Amino acid sequence: MNFTLKIWRQKNANAKGSFQTYPLKDVSPEMSFLEMLDYLNNQLISQGKEPVTFEHDCREGICGSCGLYINGRPHGPQRSTTTCELHMRDFKDGETIVVEPWRSKAFPVIKDLIVDRSSFERIMHAGGFVNVNVGCAPESNSSPIGKLIADKVFDAAVCIGCGACVAACKNSSAMLYAAAKIAQYAMIPQGKVEAKERVDKMVKQMDTEGFGFCSNTYACEFDCPKGISTDFIALMNREFFSSKACKQKHA
Amino acid sequence: MIKLDSKIPEGPLAEKWSRYKAGLRLVNPANKKKIDIIVVGTGLAGAGAASALGELGYNVKVFCFQDSPRRAHSVAAQGGINAAKNYRNDNDSIYRLFHDMMKGGDYRAREANVYRAAEVSNDVIDHFTAMGVPFARDYGGSLDTRSFGGVQVSRTFYAKGQTGQQCLLGTYSSLNRQIAKGTVKMFPRRDMLDIVMVDGKARGVITRNLVSGELERHSAHAVVLATGGYGTVFYLSTLGLGSNASAAWSAYRKGAVFANPSFIQIHPTSIPVLNDYQCKLTLMSESLRNDGRVWVPKEKGDKRHANEIPEEGRDYYLERRYPAFGNLVPRDVASRAAKERCDAGYGVGDTGLSVYLDFKDAINKQGEKAIRDKYGNLFEMYEKITGINPYKQPMRIYPAGHYTMGGLWVDYNLMTTIPGLYAIGESNFSDHGANRLGASSLMQCSGDGYFILPNTISDYLSEDIRTGKISTDQPAFEEAEKQVADRIQKIMAVGGKETASSFHKQLGKIMWDHCGMRRDAEGLKKGMELLIQLEEEFWSNICVPGTDKELNQELEKALKVADFFEVGRLMCEDALQREESCGAHFREEHQTETGEAKRNDANFAFVAAWEYQGPAAKPKLHKEALEFKYVELKERSYK
Repeated sequence: MNFTLKIWRQKNANAKGSFQTYPLKDVSPEMSFLEMLDYLNNQLISQGKEPVTFEHDCREGICGSCGLYINGRPHGPQRSTTTCELHMRDFKDGETIVVEPWRSKAFPVIKDLIVDRSSFERIMHAGGFVNVNVGCAPESNSSPIGKLIADKVFDAAVCIGCGACVAACKNSSAMLYAAAKIAQYAMIPQGKVEAKERVDKMVKQMDTEGFGFCSNTYACEFDCPKGISTDFIALMNREFFSSKACKQKHA
Repeated sequence: MIKLDSKIPEGPLAEKWSRYKAGLRLVNPANKKKIDIIVVGTGLAGAGAASALGELGYNVKVFCFQDSPRRAHSVAAQGGINAAKNYRNDNDSIYRLFHDMMKGGDYRAREANVYRAAEVSNDVIDHFTAMGVPFARDYGGSLDTRSFGGVQVSRTFYAKGQTGQQCLLGTYSSLNRQIAKGTVKMFPRRDMLDIVMVDGKARGVITRNLVSGELERHSAHAVVLATGGYGTVFYLSTLGLGSNASAAWSAYRKGAVFANPSFIQIHPTSIPVLNDYQCKLTLMSESLRNDGRVWVPKEKGDKRHANEIPEEGRDYYLERRYPAFGNLVPRDVASRAAKERCDAGYGVGDTGLSVYLDFKDAINKQGEKAIRDKYGNLFEMYEKITGINPYKQPMRIYPAGHYTMGGLWVDYNLMTTIPGLYAIGESNFSDHGANRLGASSLMQCSGDGYFILPNTISDYLSEDIRTGKISTDQPAFEEAEKQVADRIQKIMAVGGKETASSFHKQLGKIMWDHCGMRRDAEGLKKGMELLIQLEEEFWSNICVPGTDKELNQELEKALKVADFFEVGRLMCEDALQREESCGAHFREEHQTETGEAKRNDANFAFVAAWEYQGPAAKPKLHKEALEFKYVELKERSYK
């Protein structure tokens, strides 16, 4: 297969970036998208040019490192698929493929296709945990959690922290990311105790980082490679407002 | 002169740890604030240790090469985590878990360490549950378990096929909590390139900031390596592409001895190599062998579609050869059996280098939904990569490099032969002998990080309460930084034509062919020669574009590959000296009449610990004799 690649190149955080065009021949349909970029990079290096920098590690869709904006979609055209799981057989021969980094003020570009997602980290530092020390744990089966709830908790917990939800959202909102963690803990006895405080802190941090608000387009759910549901945003909002109401009552 | 002292405490096996712990010295809370600890790596072991040490009140600095600690490769562990809870009333116990691990490791692990890992396993599960890790549950709300290879009880806790992810995210959350409290300072996007030794003790590290390219000095009273295994020595492996041996190797070069380097697990169920551009093999969890049946056609070269081969034309070779354990034999046995069938010409697929893993019977019996509930994400992953729907036709699988039982030698305190340098999780050697059982890795990493190291390290640090801050301006730091800078300059200066990946790929092939699933003396010697040749070529023809003072992924790769030549040579050296077959280490010269591994307990019941003697010199072998008081050494039979 042959492709024309238009790739965002940017030397560093301070440099001005631009699109560069690279024709690429003899691509195997069996290649994954990242293997195709490896193949391009080998050619660039042999021509004495700088290879395209992109983030990746596990290459099996679980570490959340890779995240490219491909033809206007986070992680490309396939649903429930991370960039590393995408294969060239999913593209048309001769196609022009546009590859960009995530676009969001809260994710500044570091180099080429790599962005700084430390804003996501700080949202977690604000409250994405249960306050329990090593040694404090009760026996595991002492607080049963019904299978249906447990399964729902799992569905929230599968977030890989890639940032596709932010990239998909016209407001660059991180609601789905924060909601998945908030919901995971709010639904179980272990996390319920501090649920209200947690939602307050995490939402506040989200705003501080410059992520936008939710305007219910559901683009995040559509493009989430793990299919995390926007129902969790509703759950987060409920937690948030009940926390507010609680505070007013006690004020 | 290094003398190995395992420091295994006296007393009955079941009481060793509790008695020993009670005698360990402590650091009082006020003094803990004066003590700095460096942890390198943020997988289950590293992030667990860092958060536990932070909770205790130490000042902890943590490093990882990824942009976030949540991406460490523990995240990719699929099947589960073992614990001796006996929730199934199937007569499980700490002793039985210990015994299974000793046998599974083919009697090449330390009894005391293995028992301790089994002992803390229940605490690990309780702690994860308390942190909100969503393990699978049954309808009554209790935790569910499943079976794994090499055991006859159901003790594996799981979260679909994403147990590693869920355990790691739990651990990441505890790390975040400490970061927020200020006890832990996180340094992402750093490669650790050297250990700094002051007066014979580990006192710091040199790291490279992967964004700016600057070298940085960090000091501490103790250094903990939680840097994982070196399975990427095969190039194609189930590991993340960033996984590497460099941190552990820098410790080896500074005098930490390296144990059993040739013990490397080849996982039986990976998606086979599909094309030449591939740089990664994706694992299909061992848990699939609970319901999947492994087979090849009975007829050599049968090219019919799998679904067209009738029952009588199929050879369920694991069930045939090992009726007692069937498809759930341990990984080393399953891998060799697959290789044996493929080498004999019964393999399937275009290359003939794969076997079937078939769910037809399980789907017929339990229904597609039940199978989807258990393994949904794995089936999806398989379909995404291969384009084939495994609900409709069998998966094709083949063994791939996976986990390293070998690693830095540590004593009972998890300290290496360098005072103040600890190694935990996969980066040490201690608990899995010559073969690791499935779901024991998450268990060991978490046990080391949360429950063992925080106790043992205080004993060492109790002597450091008057030391004060370690300055990074001293000559030891200067010298270590200069060595690293020189090495980087040396690589940058070559200006050759070949990429680091190309060298890595060639190196991986040498290792796979000469030090893989089956080894012999001639092949191992040949392998070492080829590695020396390739290393020479590397230093005259490596190409690294760009500069070292910027984000440069080619430089990162080249630095890692440069270390792998030595890793590979030491693996071959170790495999060559071990004139027996045990666990994952299979020497053609030493097998039973039925082709099973043949141990030589009289001469090889020891840990081979290698001491570095310089880049070209042959490393020196130290032997730690293994004593077996609580298990009887038997031929490891799964028939």
